[in-house]
Amino acid sequence: MKSQRRGAAVDISGLRREYANGQGTVVAIDHVDLSVAPGEFLCIVGPSGCGKSTLLRILAGLDRQSSGSIKVHATGWAVENAMVFQDSGLFPWMDVETNVRFGLDTRGVARPEAEARVEAALKLVGLGKFRRHYPHQLSGGMRQRSAIARAFVTDPGMLLMDEPFAALDAQNRVLLQAELVRLWEQTGKTVIYVTHSIEEALLMGDRTVIMTAQPGRIKQIIDVPFPHPRDLIQLSASAEFGRLKLDIWKVLEEEVMRARAEIER
Amino acid sequence: MSGVTGKTKERLLYLASPIGLLVLWQLLLMAGLGDRRFIPTPSDIAARYWQMVASGELAQHTGVTLYRVFAGFFIGSIPGIAVGLLMAMFRPVRIVVDPLIAALFPIPKIALMPLLLLAFGFGDASKIALVAIAVFFPVIINTYSGAANIEKIYWDVARNFGASQQVMFRRIVFFGALPMIFAGLRIALAVSFIVLVAAEFVATKAGIGYLIWNSWELLQVDVMFVGIVTVGILGLIATVALQEIERKVIPWKAE
Repeated sequence: MKSQRRGAAVDISGLRREYANGQGTVVAIDHVDLSVAPGEFLCIVGPSGCGKSTLLRILAGLDRQSSGSIKVHATGWAVENAMVFQDSGLFPWMDVETNVRFGLDTRGVARPEAEARVEAALKLVGLGKFRRHYPHQLSGGMRQRSAIARAFVTDPGMLLMDEPFAALDAQNRVLLQAELVRLWEQTGKTVIYVTHSIEEALLMGDRTVIMTAQPGRIKQIIDVPFPHPRDLIQLSASAEFGRLKLDIWKVLEEEVMRARAEIER
Repeated sequence: MSGVTGKTKERLLYLASPIGLLVLWQLLLMAGLGDRRFIPTPSDIAARYWQMVASGELAQHTGVTLYRVFAGFFIGSIPGIAVGLLMAMFRPVRIVVDPLIAALFPIPKIALMPLLLLAFGFGDASKIALVAIAVFFPVIINTYSGAANIEKIYWDVARNFGASQQVMFRRIVFFGALPMIFAGLRIALAVSFIVLVAAEFVATKAGIGYLIWNSWELLQVDVMFVGIVTVGILGLIATVALQEIERKVIPWKAE
């Protein structure tokens, strides 16, 4: 069941973000030019401190670029984007259902419609039975599922994901990756997925953007040749996957070393 | 099973230390240590307590004191919560309010009593006003620090999901600060008994504070103790009630 709708298109050009700190200015990202196709699953990898989260936060409207422009075309979608945060960011004082409904309440969606959509979103991530639970009563995997439901329910043209599965154990991570890919295949949304894991990027994405160490620039963009729908477990065991992973690691290794030298200096 | 017995055990342990202290007190006086005219035994106090309960005298004073405490507590804490939240949300509010708190908080609130008598007269209003003022400060400070220390991620989530200022206030800042608000209310509750009993020493003919001061003037030491014990009991009951409310209102707080 492939969706006919295509997600948001994004055009980023000449994006730069600098911060003032005690000694002067720190450039987090610079010269970022990037086009994201409607419905694309784009992964961004890079060493820590490469500004990949900064890029995501600017796209999410939580930060502003110092210069450059971002154009998002998300006509036909209820909202432009919704973000899934690294440690879920579920409000501890709301139960699962209320958390998931939050983005509908803020946008004035009428209660009966909101409830129906929450119901559907909870079913989508398999949390129907846990609607009355508070976040502290859930496992890490269930919390991230709730956060994904909270993002999906608002019907965004684009999902922004900031290492959403980084804190999960290996088994849960594989399960959630497969679920996310399935949801993406069904809904046609654009996904921009920040991760530090090459493997994760290759498993899920259509393209992988490799960023340089500080200041963050785009070093290389790699087309991931595996067709969808994907069987993530089989894919991860294939020889071609291993080769591609090694290629990317070689590109990334340089940057990781450079980032390390930067810190030790 | 172990959960229930564990809880019961905790409750018993909770009572053990005050009861132990009373038993020790009784035994020492019965053994002849100290003068029972000036230091009554717990059993003397209990007898007097019972007599004052039976005559209705204690209930009357308690009623007056409770009315003043709760009126002052609500009048002081509700604006304390509101201003504390506004301080956390809006920097200008914080800049205006901060120096006022810094200057007014350290003033012993009982020192305001003469002023309040001038303003509100000798009735209940002046005592209620004093309690309200005393309660305001711990509540505002706790509310503010609770709201200001809400994790950044919750602000980010709220903004990303399109929350207006009003939604931020009602659904994020208020609830995020709620555990600290309750911590402030608990301090405020104790403070309100402290200042009120002191205020009732002067310029009133009713209330537990009056009872204590009057018994000093008549040298009825046992009545004095009845008053002191009553304040302790009232404080204990009020605090336990507040904790029960907290448990109901903050179901997300991990046990």
